Parts: sequence; C-alpha cells; structure tokens
Amino acid sequence: MYTTDLRSAEEKRKAARAKVVEDPEKLAEFQARIDRDEFIEPKDWMPEAYRRTLIRQISQHAHSEIVGMLPEGNWITRAPTFRRKLILLAKVQDEAGHGLYLYSAAETLGVARDELVDQLHEGKAKYSTIFNYPTLTWADIGAIGWLVDGAAITNQIPLCRCSYGPYARAMQRICKEESFHQRQGYEAMAALMRGSKEQRRMAQDAMNRWWWPALMMFGPPDSVSIHSAQSMKWKIKRYSNDELRQRFIDATVPQAHAIGLEVPDPELKFNEETGHWETGPIDWDEFWAVVAGDGPCNYDRMDARRSAHDEGAWVREAAAAHAAKRAGTRAA
Amino acid sequence: MGALATNTVERTLDQDRFDYLLHLGDNALVLGQRMSEWVGHAPALELEMAVSNLALDLIGEAQLWLDLAGRIEGEGRDADRLANFRDALDFRNLLIVEQPNGDWAFTVARHYLFSLQHLAVVERLSESRDEEIADIARKVRPEIAYHVKFARSWIERLGDGTEESHARLQRAIDRLWRFTGEMFAPDAIEERLADEGIAPDLRTLEADWRAEVEQVFEASGGLDIPEVKRMTLGGREGHHSEHLGHLLCELQFLQRAYPGLEW
Ligand SMILES: [Fe+2]
Ligand SMILES: [Fe+2]
Repeated sequence: MYTTDLRSAEEKRKAARAKVVEDPEKLAEFQARIDRDEFIEPKDWMPEAYRRTLIRQISQHAHSEIVGMLPEGNWITRAPTFRRKLILLAKVQDEAGHGLYLYSAAETLGVARDELVDQLHEGKAKYSTIFNYPTLTWADIGAIGWLVDGAAITNQIPLCRCSYGPYARAMQRICKEESFHQRQGYEAMAALMRGSKEQRRMAQDAMNRWWWPALMMFGPPDSVSIHSAQSMKWKIKRYSNDELRQRFIDATVPQAHAIGLEVPDPELKFNEETGHWETGPIDWDEFWAVVAGDGPCNYDRMDARRSAHDEGAWVREAAAAHAAKRAGTRAA
Repeated sequence: MGALATNTVERTLDQDRFDYLLHLGDNALVLGQRMSEWVGHAPALELEMAVSNLALDLIGEAQLWLDLAGRIEGEGRDADRLANFRDALDFRNLLIVEQPNGDWAFTVARHYLFSLQHLAVVERLSESRDEEIADIARKVRPEIAYHVKFARSWIERLGDGTEESHARLQRAIDRLWRFTGEMFAPDAIEERLADEGIAPDLRTLEADWRAEVEQVFEASGGLDIPEVKRMTLGGREGHHSEHLGHLLCELQFLQRAYPGLEW
C-alpha cells in the first residue's frame, strides 16, 4: 500500500536503536487523548516515535502519489479519445495534488518537503511497489484506476479517522477523488470488455498482470507483520493488512465477474460459511524483490523522477532568484 | 495561387469555416499534446499541476473547435475522428505549437509567444458574426487569458532570474522567433472570413502583440528580439516541421491500430 511499512528488518532494527526515552506521564496523557479519539495537532506534544512513524508513512504516501503519475502519464499522449485523454489528465493531476497535500501534512511534523524528496531520490525512502510495474497497453490505465486506486481507497478510508489531524484531513479530501478514479477506471475496463476481441484481450491481460501486485499493495501478511501493534494503538493504522486485503478482494472479485473478467487465480473460491472470497497464495518473494529494487521498472521510475528534479534545478533556482530580487525591490 | 485560384473561388463559406475551425482546433490540440508530455516530468511539483491544467484547457478547447468543424462539414466526423484520422498534410496548426518542448525555457517561450496571439484571436472571435464560433471563443477566453498570465510570469522569472535562466530563455526565443511571422500571415481562407466578419484580420493584431512582447522582454532582464531574415511558414497548408508526424504517431496510435472501436 501507499502507506504500508516497506522497511527491511535491518532498517527497522536501525530505527529501533534510535529510540528516544519519553516522559511516562506525557506518554500516558498522549495515549489517553488518542483513546478518547481526539485528533493530535501539529503543536501538541507527541512522542518522537509517533512523529517519526508518521513522517515515514505520510512521506511514503506522498512519494507514491508522485511516482504513480509516471505509469499513467505514459499513456496520456496516446489516450484514444478526447474524453479519455481529459479524464486521464485530470486524474494524474489529482495525484500530483495528493502529493502536494501529503507533503504539506508531513511538513507540519517539522520536516521540509525538499528533504523528503531527497530521501526518495537517494533511495532512502520507499514508495508503493505497485508503481514499479509497467503500463503496456491502454487497458492498464483502466486496471490502475480500478484496482490500484480501489486498493488505495480501501486502505485510506480508515485513515480519514487516523489520530493525526492534518493527515486525517488530507485523507478525507483525497479519498473523495480516489473513489472517482476507481469508478472511472472500472468504467474504462467495462468499455473494453464490451468492445472487440482485441479490446477484451487487452483488458484480461491487464487484469492478469495487475491483480496480484494489487493484492500485494496491502503489505505482508499479518503473520509476519510485526510492527502494526504500535500503529494500531496510536490509531494511525486501524485494520491489519490482511483485513484490508480481504475487504478489497471481496469488493473486487464480483466487479471483475460482472464485466466478464476472469480473476487470474485458479484457487479462488467463495466460502459460503464466512461469506468471503479466498485466494491462492500470494508470491511474497516477488513483493520483497520489488521492494528491494528488483521490480521491472524501479530504475526507470527513479531515473525519471531524478532527472525531472535535476533538470528542474535551474528553473527552481531562477524562480527563487527572481522572487528575491522582487522582494528586494519592494523593500527598497 | 495561379491555376488553383479557380478552385479557391468556388469554395463555399462552410468549406472556409471548416478549414478555419481545423486551424483553431489543431493549434489547441497540438499544443495541448505537447504540454501533456510534461506531466510527470515538470521542474517542480507545483508545475505538475500547472502543465496538466494548461493541457486540459487546450485539449478541451480543441474538442470544441473540432466538433463544430465536424458539424459544419456534415459528414459525420466528430472531434475524435478529425483528430485521429488526418495525416500531417491535413493538419492546419501553426508551426510554433508543434515544436518539441525542449527545456522549460523553450516551453515557456513557445507558450507565451503563441498564447498572446491566441488570446487576441479568441477575443476577436468572441465578437464574431458567427454565433457558434463566438460562443466557443467566449467560453475559452478566460482560460487563454490565464495562459498568457502564466506564461508571462515565467518569462519574467526566467528572464530576470539567474544568468543561466536568462541565457536559456534567450536561446529559446532565438529559435522560436522564425515561427512567429506565421501567426499574423492569414491565408486566403482567413482573409475571406475576415471580410465576412467571422475571423479577425490577423494583420491588425500584430502591432499590439509586438508592443507587449517588446515591453515584457525589456522588463525581463532585457531579452532581445532576434533578427530573422525569413519567417518559416506552411502550417495552414499542411507543410509542417518534421516534428508533427511523430506527435501524430503517438496521438493517433490506438485509433489507427484498432479502427472503428469504442473506447
Ligand atoms: Fe492519489
Ligand atoms: Fe487516484
């Protein structure tokens, strides 16, 4: 997920060693506020670990929005009609906006956007694994909107009630747009499934390639996801990875079937007793390989982000120099 | 004109309107396509928002002009059909809008020089005797006014920013200037439409355009207008630069590869 903890065991150990000893009274009062479902605001006291966890989670979310513009941006110039081009442009623009709100939310925790962006470009910060997969046909644009934005909403709706005020408010705004993206993506897939043999082939192929990576977005299974307890206690995570994944599967499988798409999982079955769809095993080796940098597009994505940033450096410098001159003239 | 003149005389007003609307639509479509190439690669996050806005405006505008062109033609072609199933020879956009993005200075210079003409044209068109054309012009005018404002603010920033930004912008202007003459050089179609009170007389727009450019360049760290011995023309008659064909390859790919489908 955009917000799933993607750190390796080593990275987590390192972070744990940097632990700050907090005043137990303040800690207790802080926890009591969270237990009363109060929002924590930027000026309020908060434990250092809470602040750090939020910075990591929010900035990773912001990076995901920005990197996520690339696979979809790949099809803007090739969108097949005016209507589709306008929808896709507006969607990718929304994602840039999400990145902006989220970087601002992170900045309320005392870290500058530039610093966070540098961490991404230096390979120190993570972003969602899903954006390391390529968009090969037009159907991938439908599949991303439907599955990736769909998975993102499943994860983000509970975050609208997370304990950190600025993050919760950013999420409320973002979720509205994401659900719009999800519907448009599904509608684009449905249009392909109503179309020619070639279009249905494109759509099914996109489904085959995006289904499993979409399930992986929710992060490792609860059985190995050890760090969640603290985040749950702080209410910056409200449901476990597996709970959210199941919610997504249950919502999405019937949608696939409704438009004639097959779910690429021979073991998929509906459990009458539990009322849930059960999937076959997820290939977690693939997930960890992509996290570690070995996805099909990791290098392409980072190269694209770095070169946009590096090639934009003189522009940002010029804008700053101009603003300084203006300020000087005004002061004089 | 010579031998072709007889054909020209026999053209109907609707044929003229159709070709003129293609010109307006193609300008917006091609520049919108160029602007959308920046998405995901802009120099700053705030500019990601801006370039997608500009692209959205232009592509939306193109759709309006081309749909109207198709209705006037009356052969069942809509904006999508016209955008995707014409080759470069039938595209009537100005050469300036198809020039590749280059660096941000080049994009800004292209956007400023064109949008200033674009705004003047749209302002006049909003008083056109042709109500359908005037309606569209009135609808898009505020958007284009914003484009001018945006592009002008970047001319000022880059022109009066750093030495590097000034040099890059000057280089862009030097390269683009040869395409500015075409913006004020009407063809026979536009001349006839101007006589009918449908399109503006482009020649009357040039002085104001030039005056603003000179003033803004002067105030932007003293940018120079280059001497160009010969303006490059040809867009209105389908004689484009080498770049347009490649742009159309991308734009038209899906419709050409899978013709006649719904998307
Ligand atoms: Fe988003
Ligand atoms: Fe989205």
